[in-house]
Amino acid sequence: MSTTTSSRPSTTAAPRRQRPRRRNALRYGGNRLRYAGIVALFLAPSLIPLTLFTLVPMVSSLWVALHDWNLITPMEFVGLANFRDLLSDGDTWAAFGHTLGYIAGYLPLVYLLGLAAALALNTALRGRNVFRAAYFLPVVTSWVVVALLWRWLLSPANGLVNHLLGLVGIDGPGWWTDPTWAMPSVILASAWKDLGFVMIILLAGLQAIPGELYDAAKVDGTSAWQRFRHVTLPLLSPSSFFVVVISLINGFQVFDQVYVMTGGGPAGSTEVVVQQIYDLTFRYGRAGDASALSWLLFVVVLVVTIIQVRGQRRWVTYA
Amino acid sequence: MRRALLYAGVTVGAVVMLFPFVWTVITSITPGAGLGTPDLIPDEPGLDAYRTLLDAMPFWRILANSLWIAVASTLLQLITSAMAAYAFARLDFPGRNALFLVYLATLMVPMQVLVVPLFIEMRELNLVDTYAALLAPSIASAFGVFLLRQAVAQVPIELDEAATIDGAGHLRIFVSVVWPLIRPALATFAVLAFMSSWNSFLWPLVVIRSPELMTLPLGLSTLHGQFTTEWDVVMAGSVISIVPIAVLYLAAQKYVIQGVARSGLK
Repeated sequence: MSTTTSSRPSTTAAPRRQRPRRRNALRYGGNRLRYAGIVALFLAPSLIPLTLFTLVPMVSSLWVALHDWNLITPMEFVGLANFRDLLSDGDTWAAFGHTLGYIAGYLPLVYLLGLAAALALNTALRGRNVFRAAYFLPVVTSWVVVALLWRWLLSPANGLVNHLLGLVGIDGPGWWTDPTWAMPSVILASAWKDLGFVMIILLAGLQAIPGELYDAAKVDGTSAWQRFRHVTLPLLSPSSFFVVVISLINGFQVFDQVYVMTGGGPAGSTEVVVQQIYDLTFRYGRAGDASALSWLLFVVVLVVTIIQVRGQRRWVTYA
Repeated sequence: MRRALLYAGVTVGAVVMLFPFVWTVITSITPGAGLGTPDLIPDEPGLDAYRTLLDAMPFWRILANSLWIAVASTLLQLITSAMAAYAFARLDFPGRNALFLVYLATLMVPMQVLVVPLFIEMRELNLVDTYAALLAPSIASAFGVFLLRQAVAQVPIELDEAATIDGAGHLRIFVSVVWPLIRPALATFAVLAFMSSWNSFLWPLVVIRSPELMTLPLGLSTLHGQFTTEWDVVMAGSVISIVPIAVLYLAAQKYVIQGVARSGLK
């Protein structure tokens, strides 16, 4: 045992790892059965449920994806046909298109608003803890509540937003009842909910930037904009990177707010990928297609995330 | 001048963030809201909407469901995750790193991928429309194991060694040495687990049918299906759902913000 560990290339973590090994061997003096029992005791409570309710569904999801199945009659093996059909189906592309449309509106909006809030609250503002708590409250509120609230605020006839627009003489749009405005409605509600999350991440990033850098830049006679552009933004880029990665993952998986606000409508204008997965399974009884689509989505998210991690060197500065 | 602008800006921001919550309350006490835009101060405020709500669905039962499911899944996840975290940080066994990778891999797979096969599995087990099905996917949390393993690794190993000399076994060390020392991480994780259970929607939507077994988000969305234009009733339900989580948030703000910043979970 000791020879295998010492033959490993030495890393800083290696000596630490050896310590429990020697101690345990000492304590149980080769009573390996008893030791195995202890390991099992500590692992079983998480391993059994994870296996049953995550690993098994993971594998069986791939299995279902290779079949035609309406959830009732026996499954019929079709190989990769589901994937082929999905890729040649306009609905799939439309669903990915709607999802990308959502991300294209949501990400810039939530990032800019979150950045503005973080910059404002990073100053010596009185009561900034109160403001911070206020901006963060929607983050802890459930998506269903937020979606219902915004459906009501944006109700075309009697909603508060169109009422206020009416007061200044603007005839508000039909929001979620109008195919053109339905996605912007979902985006607006989502940005409102997640702004506080982005703010908290960016605020932590801002507070980690050393004040001396700004002092030095001031001595050099730079303008506030130059300091923001050449000190703040580069040093904030690791936090921005985190926000972009997380927001993209969450963006591709958008569902709750869409289901509640529009149900994918009107006229399919907000039918995003997860809504499609849900509809395929529970409305059309096409479990095979739904599983295939969910794996397609997973692969897309994975590839997008890997591209970002690879591409971060181009714009992320680690101090 | 600049300061005044800044204050004006953040105040407008705070109004935009908070007023919708106030609007929820105003709507809920304005009988017949939805037929018109409610007034800022209702002419004849009333609690009719709350009465209608309680007649329409077993709302207290639904609230209690949400509460006990959230508490139970939080406690379960705390215990199962902390134990696994201890195993990965302190015990040595063959395949430890490989098994840890398996745990991490389950983190990568979103609920959307799991929901169809998990539903089928529950149907095979005859568990559709039961509390057990609601709870099953949240007994263990790979994320919790990941988070708590870091915390256990930071507990000085000398403390374990001292306890060992005093004759304590692993279970004893886990309960009386490690657990108390990783309490901040446990608190952060507990808040996250509670929030994610309290707010979860897709899984309950798929697996629950009976109103008596519903959780709040599911109950609310069903309520909206039933009272499409009676916004006072829907907002009354929203108010009842917001209050507990808002209280928890205000009481444990530090852990909530820390947890969210750490995980990116929402």
